[in-house]
Amino acid sequence: MGSLIECKNVWKIYRVGDVEVHALRGLSLTIEQGEFVAIMGSSGSGKSTLMNILGCLDQPTQGRYRLNGTEVGDLRADDLATIRNQQIGFVFQSFNLIPRTSALENAQLPLFYRGLSLKEQRTQAAAALRRVGLLGREHHYPTQLSGGQQQRVAIARALVTSPSLLLADEPTGNLDTQSSQEIMKILETLNHDEGITIILVTHEVDIAAYAAREIMIKDGQILTDRVTGTRPDSSPIEA
Amino acid sequence: MAAFVWLTILTALRILGRNRLRAGLTMLGIVIGVAAVIAMVSIGEGAKRAVQAQIATMGTNVIIIFPGVTSASGVRGSAGSAVTLTVSDALDLKKRIPLLADTGWARRDVMQIVYGNRNWNGPINGVSPSYLIIRDWSFTSGGPFTQTDLDSAARVALIGQTIVENLFEPGEEPVGAVIRIKNVPFRVIGVLAPKGQSAQGSDQDDLILIPFSTAERKVFGTPFIGSVGAMFGSTEQVEDLPMAAAQIREVLRARHRLQTEQNDDFTIRTQVDIGKVQEGTSETLTMMLFAIASVSLLVGGIGIMNILLVSVTERTKEIGIRIAVGAKRYHILMQFLIEAMTLSLVGGTLGIGFGIAGAKLTTLIAGWPTIISGNVIALAFFSSVAIGLFFGLYPANKAARLNPIEALRYE
Repeated sequence: MGSLIECKNVWKIYRVGDVEVHALRGLSLTIEQGEFVAIMGSSGSGKSTLMNILGCLDQPTQGRYRLNGTEVGDLRADDLATIRNQQIGFVFQSFNLIPRTSALENAQLPLFYRGLSLKEQRTQAAAALRRVGLLGREHHYPTQLSGGQQQRVAIARALVTSPSLLLADEPTGNLDTQSSQEIMKILETLNHDEGITIILVTHEVDIAAYAAREIMIKDGQILTDRVTGTRPDSSPIEA
Repeated sequence: MAAFVWLTILTALRILGRNRLRAGLTMLGIVIGVAAVIAMVSIGEGAKRAVQAQIATMGTNVIIIFPGVTSASGVRGSAGSAVTLTVSDALDLKKRIPLLADTGWARRDVMQIVYGNRNWNGPINGVSPSYLIIRDWSFTSGGPFTQTDLDSAARVALIGQTIVENLFEPGEEPVGAVIRIKNVPFRVIGVLAPKGQSAQGSDQDDLILIPFSTAERKVFGTPFIGSVGAMFGSTEQVEDLPMAAAQIREVLRARHRLQTEQNDDFTIRTQVDIGKVQEGTSETLTMMLFAIASVSLLVGGIGIMNILLVSVTERTKEIGIRIAVGAKRYHILMQFLIEAMTLSLVGGTLGIGFGIAGAKLTTLIAGWPTIISGNVIALAFFSSVAIGLFFGLYPANKAARLNPIEALRYE
């Protein structure tokens, strides 16, 4: 079996009016199952575009992207939706929970689109909420939860389908230091204990430090790609 | 799939429940449209049924033949002014046309009727006994006159309800009483059961029926024995009326020795013709109301589309989240279609309720008969589903085609 993620010479070109914007310029990248990777770069470097492509929300203009052996480049929108539903979990900077909808129902959402029975959805979503330490808050609305708690609901929503890849786009960007650490520890545990591959986009060096590999992106290309050494199995975890 | 639809309906209800005022205002167009359709059609149907009942009071499957117009040197008289139909015409028609179950004849004139110290001016009809059967008259007391009465020109009379009310004290028994018509004494032998207004609006109960021969010889006086004011025929089946009418025309033209270029000297009307005129009026009314209701439904549909477009914009980010976690196009499409259909269905159901209430209220207040038909309710129900589907399609499709990246970034 090959790598989880294989990008070969990926280009992404947008057209804004008459101007062509080259967001990605022939980027190649391989990520193995079970890795914890931080992607860093200034705004406009192309890291968001890369995340969108890795998350199957977007497709490369040129080049190849294989996820778990599936060539994503020429899939239709509904097939991409299936891949996102079954293999990818998203965690966003702004949490992106559905407003006026309980934590449980937010966590149920991917299972709803998977067509599971309501009972099955509830059981699995409740289990996911328990894993992120939100037992007893299933029926709270997002507005009744703190930022850190909301982000945990989002992680539960990402986890509920047992994805092979978890994409976290600045997951701590809107959180205080305390909550940030809690969230990062949850991610670390998921990577370490359950072998979920995590790709993390961040500005902050101390957040990036949780990852075992750090990729710097600039002008749509990889600037540096280095193993920072601290594999999760070597660092102590206090949840 | 069933779980998906069910949960989507619940979600739709919850979202609509959150914006009750908005949902209510959006539904208003559909509510009014559907209520208008139900109420109007119920009133229209009621009116139609009332007209049909009135026409039925003419008798069953009746053909009426009036004498034609006189035409002397180009000056034409009014209908019935010619003395062209006779008793022998009527008898001959029955003999020659097997389709005719019976024929009858009548002459009428308005005369003074006196009983005790009261008098009344009412139409006196000299009729054949068969007339009673053709026009379907029944009796509240007493009974009809017979062929013997006709043969002997007996002075017997049948009186209508209006005559009873105007000549007799309340509670007084008219049967057996002697009334005078143009100073000729008549014994009342029967009181006719009331028929109410005719399709033309005249009082059908304001009449006295006496044997034709008695009228001709003892009351009216006539320059031409055997001439009649009108002839009546009846058929077994309503479908036979046009054919019978055509045959009557042929026989009468032959009997009157009319050349091909000459016009008929009589006019034939069937019950169907008379009914058609009435139904035509009520159908025009119904069509007009349908047009008004359709416009209202159209406006209601546009209202739903409008509010759904607003909703799609408001919930762009939510749609983005749903797509990101794996919603396919049809999931999003279905979600908004179901919302649209929930709006239109709830509106339609409310409209049906208001429509029925409106119809009942009309009966209660104005006293108009209304008939609420299941067909109309079903039609209203399905048209509201169709409106939701049709006007929801564009906003739903717009939502389903959102780009997830842009939708997620939407604030």
